[in-house]
Amino acid sequence: MKKLINAVEDVVRDSLVGVAAAHPGSLAVDLENRIVARADAPVSGKVGLISGGGSGHEPMHSGYVGAGMLDAACCGEIFTSPVPDQMMAAARAVDGGAGILQIVKNYTGDVMNFDMAAEMVSAETGSRIESVLVADDVAVQDSLYTAGRRGVGLTVLMEKILGAAAEEKQDIDALLSLAKRVNDGGRSYGVALTSCIVPAAGKPTFDLAEDEIELGIGIHGEPGRRKARLGSAAEVAGELVEPILADRDFTGAPVIAMLNGMGGTPLIEQYLVYGEVARILSGKGVTVARTLVGNHITSLEMAGCSLTLLNADDDLLRLWDAPVNTPGLRWGC
Amino acid sequence: MGMLISMPELSTRLVSTWLKDYADVINENTNYLTDLDRQIGDADHGSNMSRGMAAVAALDPTTFPDAPALLKKTGMTLVSTVGGASGPLYGTFFLRLGTSLPATGVLDAAMWAAAMKAGLDGIVARGKASLGDKTLVDCLSTAVDAAQKAADAGKSFAEALAAASKGADEGRDATVDMIARRGRASYLGERSKGHLDPGAASMAMLIDSAARTLA
Repeated sequence: MKKLINAVEDVVRDSLVGVAAAHPGSLAVDLENRIVARADAPVSGKVGLISGGGSGHEPMHSGYVGAGMLDAACCGEIFTSPVPDQMMAAARAVDGGAGILQIVKNYTGDVMNFDMAAEMVSAETGSRIESVLVADDVAVQDSLYTAGRRGVGLTVLMEKILGAAAEEKQDIDALLSLAKRVNDGGRSYGVALTSCIVPAAGKPTFDLAEDEIELGIGIHGEPGRRKARLGSAAEVAGELVEPILADRDFTGAPVIAMLNGMGGTPLIEQYLVYGEVARILSGKGVTVARTLVGNHITSLEMAGCSLTLLNADDDLLRLWDAPVNTPGLRWGC
Repeated sequence: MGMLISMPELSTRLVSTWLKDYADVINENTNYLTDLDRQIGDADHGSNMSRGMAAVAALDPTTFPDAPALLKKTGMTLVSTVGGASGPLYGTFFLRLGTSLPATGVLDAAMWAAAMKAGLDGIVARGKASLGDKTLVDCLSTAVDAAQKAADAGKSFAEALAAASKGADEGRDATVDMIARRGRASYLGERSKGHLDPGAASMAMLIDSAARTLA
């Protein structure tokens, strides 16, 4: 393992020290509780938007805290969900009197910890606290016999769109119905070229041969749907698009597309793959209205990429275009 | 029957002995548990449990009025330090043990079986896993059944602990052939077969530790 760290057990804390040093004035970092909040929180009359999860997916979530997106992010250990104490501290920090909304990725541990936090916050403060479960990964069968679809790339789009709506002071019920539209219209699929190394484990999470890829991966290095031989970028692009379009019809409405790097794939390859994706989508009659390419929800240094498509309308596109000012996403301001 | 010597007094000291023993076991098996998790999960079970049990082992038993208070604090400590799925599940288990056991008195087989059953019910309510899903429930519920059977047969507390331990090991080993339906391993489907569930492994260690230290 070759990493720029001090000690395995201090990775998350030391990284947050850096976040605080890099963004003075705009972000408030609580090292004790490992939360990153907007420096101006709580914003009066605004629904407090909280997310979080295991660390190692940067810029998600701490990099999406700021005007137009999250009010606070809870940073768990690497690939381990945060604990309820962190969500409670975040809720106290961002409660502007209009309620609190937690954006939770559908992973067993995340769901349980955020559930416990919600119970504890409402018992302690009486504030209304609701949760939105992101579940967009088409690699997982959504049935009674699995934990359900994982929340992956769509989380970034969810945070941006709900963040914009919360900034407009839309109320918590409006945000919940908006979240349902985003969830219903969003799908993702990912591919890994290599595993990553969790610092505490010290060795790769899974093994892939030099010429192998893993299709249908999540965001923690957990194995995917199947292994395949690495082909050309055009072939990989086809492998990304096909399961998404097989799951949902994306013709007939504009689409927001995100081609996301998993952390170890350079932008030149991401753009190259996106060029192939755009060509395939156009050939299938899918109209891309907005595009985001880059490392937005990563798995440490894993090589690979994921594709997220979101069926949009004028309202969603307006919220997508609204100003956002965070370390990880910034436009219109 | 030798019943008196096999029925210890419920005390913070006794419970603390169990918790410290378990912390040692987890510490010794951190890499083993993480490696089990690496194969079908996300390679953090050992380090997560180790962090949580180190915090539990650091609790001073003399600062608690009774054993249930120490057990509840253990549950809260795990919820607050472990994260992942294990934090809420193990935390809930100890919280339920703490609310089920009386503050004082002599531990007997029926009392222990009932407390473990309360812990199991809490885990099932929190995690929504059932028997056969390839989780720690498979280990714990087999252990609870064994303890209950021993209690129903009028066996001693020590015998119930030993039966629970044996049941836990059997339940743990049964997860090898199962297809995961909960947790991150569920994403593997058929490919999860042939692997021991890491949560079942750490749960068996907890029940084995109880048999070693509480009798």
